[in-house]
Amino acid sequence: MAIDAEQVRRIAHLARIGLAADEADRYIDDLESILTMVERMHAVDTSGVTPLAHPIDVSQPLRPDRVTESDQRDAYQADAPAVANGFYLVPRVVE
Amino acid sequence: MTALPDTLGGAARALASGELSSRDLVSSCLARIEAGQHLNAFVSIDAERALEAAAAADNRPAADRGPLNGLPIAVKDIFCQTGVRTTAGSRMLEHWRAPYDATVIERLAAAGAVLLGKTNMDEFAMGSSGENSYFGATRNPWNENHVPGGSSSGSAAAVAAGMVPAALGTDTGGSIRQPAAFCGLTGLKPTYGRVSRWGMIAFASSLDQAGPMAWDAADLALLLNVMAGVDHRDSTSVDEIVPDYTAGLTASVRGLRIGLPGDLLGADVNAEVRAAVDASRKVFESLGASIVPVSLPTALAGVPAYYVLAPAEASANLARFDGVRFGHRCADPQSLEDLYLRSRSEGFGAEVKRRILTGTYALSVGYYDAYYLQAQKIRRLIRDEFLAAFRNVDAILAPTTPSPAFALGEKTDDPVAMYLQDVFTIPANLAGIPALSMPAGMTDGLPLGVQLLGPHFGEGKLLQLAYAFQQATDHHLRRPGSAAA
Repeated sequence: MAIDAEQVRRIAHLARIGLAADEADRYIDDLESILTMVERMHAVDTSGVTPLAHPIDVSQPLRPDRVTESDQRDAYQADAPAVANGFYLVPRVVE
Repeated sequence: MTALPDTLGGAARALASGELSSRDLVSSCLARIEAGQHLNAFVSIDAERALEAAAAADNRPAADRGPLNGLPIAVKDIFCQTGVRTTAGSRMLEHWRAPYDATVIERLAAAGAVLLGKTNMDEFAMGSSGENSYFGATRNPWNENHVPGGSSSGSAAAVAAGMVPAALGTDTGGSIRQPAAFCGLTGLKPTYGRVSRWGMIAFASSLDQAGPMAWDAADLALLLNVMAGVDHRDSTSVDEIVPDYTAGLTASVRGLRIGLPGDLLGADVNAEVRAAVDASRKVFESLGASIVPVSLPTALAGVPAYYVLAPAEASANLARFDGVRFGHRCADPQSLEDLYLRSRSEGFGAEVKRRILTGTYALSVGYYDAYYLQAQKIRRLIRDEFLAAFRNVDAILAPTTPSPAFALGEKTDDPVAMYLQDVFTIPANLAGIPALSMPAGMTDGLPLGVQLLGPHFGEGKLLQLAYAFQQATDHHLRRPGSAAA
């Protein structure tokens, strides 16, 4: 399984993980060996098999649509990196 | 210091007879934690509140005492708990304080348990050695140059070192059973949906499950009685009757059928592990159980399928750590994009990044069918093979790990070698079935574990089998540093 630096940079960008140049090189080797191991699953004949997303055969339970949560904004924002007036602060997006 | 009981059952008897108070027990645990700091089993120690909870337990009227009243327990630092930080072993959450308690924390507290603190773990539960924690590696109390296993590394080390009689872990691909095997403990991964995942920091949501770790099956039954049951806040928890696991322990195992999977035993297994499985088989035969071969032809494809599915789910779950609402934020971000990139780059360790990148790759355009869907198809084959086997047997006996605990640093440079550690534990997670690891021997001063796997919601029978095994053997009575080891 051949992976190149460009692919690693593209994936890292999709995942929003910043990689230093030498770090990207290390992940090329790691991802190649992981994907080579993963490729072994292609030896299994799965024709006609339906993919399984959830191991237990139960349907999603429903409940009455009632408000059960109280407003806990202050508690939830107490650990945020930066807030003001109940809003989360980020660098300016729109000039 | 006189020897205090080191099991929950022993401690409960000492409390009931009035021989000890919860304050005595908790003080002794705190002293052992202090003395064992070099093992790095804990991320946070909650001494003050633990002593208050112990005093409250001692003063509680008998009629109000729950089944765990006054008993000290530690929890993996993946469970949200108010009043103490919850880190998941990550720099990302180094200072994070959860605004609520996980359901299992609530249930333990309501049962009277005294929570001593949060145990160390591989970052976001990604690891098989305990070496991936931002707070440093945990050491194995049986041999401090060896790993305790992971990802519930601190929970295993804390119990094995006698710091606490029991601890909670989580198991996504073996993270309760593998450290239990490496540290000479009994550990149970319940059926997916048996125990609420609410307030448990998510790694791979279709695989994660919380469970107990202790010296013996009786203690696991006591804890599972409290932990199990439906929770409306976790829509994947299943509304299935919770039996009294303690009451079910002593039933005879005569006539039960135990499957031996030749496909799994054909894998690369260390000779001592193979011998431990064989010796365990003989114990069960002597107890009147019958051993029959079962076929699990796709089980060995579990590792490659898991290392697509778990990273794929992780890449989605860990998208929430964006430096905006909680957790680490980089200094002086120049733009929103810069904030995301640097906060995540700084906040996550190497293994977490590796899995996010693997999962993102597997889910990206052009690879989804070949990786993610193929892995989900293998998942169905593995589950269906287990269900077919359980039409003919009550449980399956298998190794827990390919070898005893390996040396610290031995596998840190080779992620795939580390992943292959999970070959015997992963199939149960993919199938959603319960599985228990229990001590079954020793080699070179290190414990060996064997695993019992059962059908969905078959925890009771696994505990019953393990209890019968432990009545007939003494592997679970060995302690680090004792002559018996």
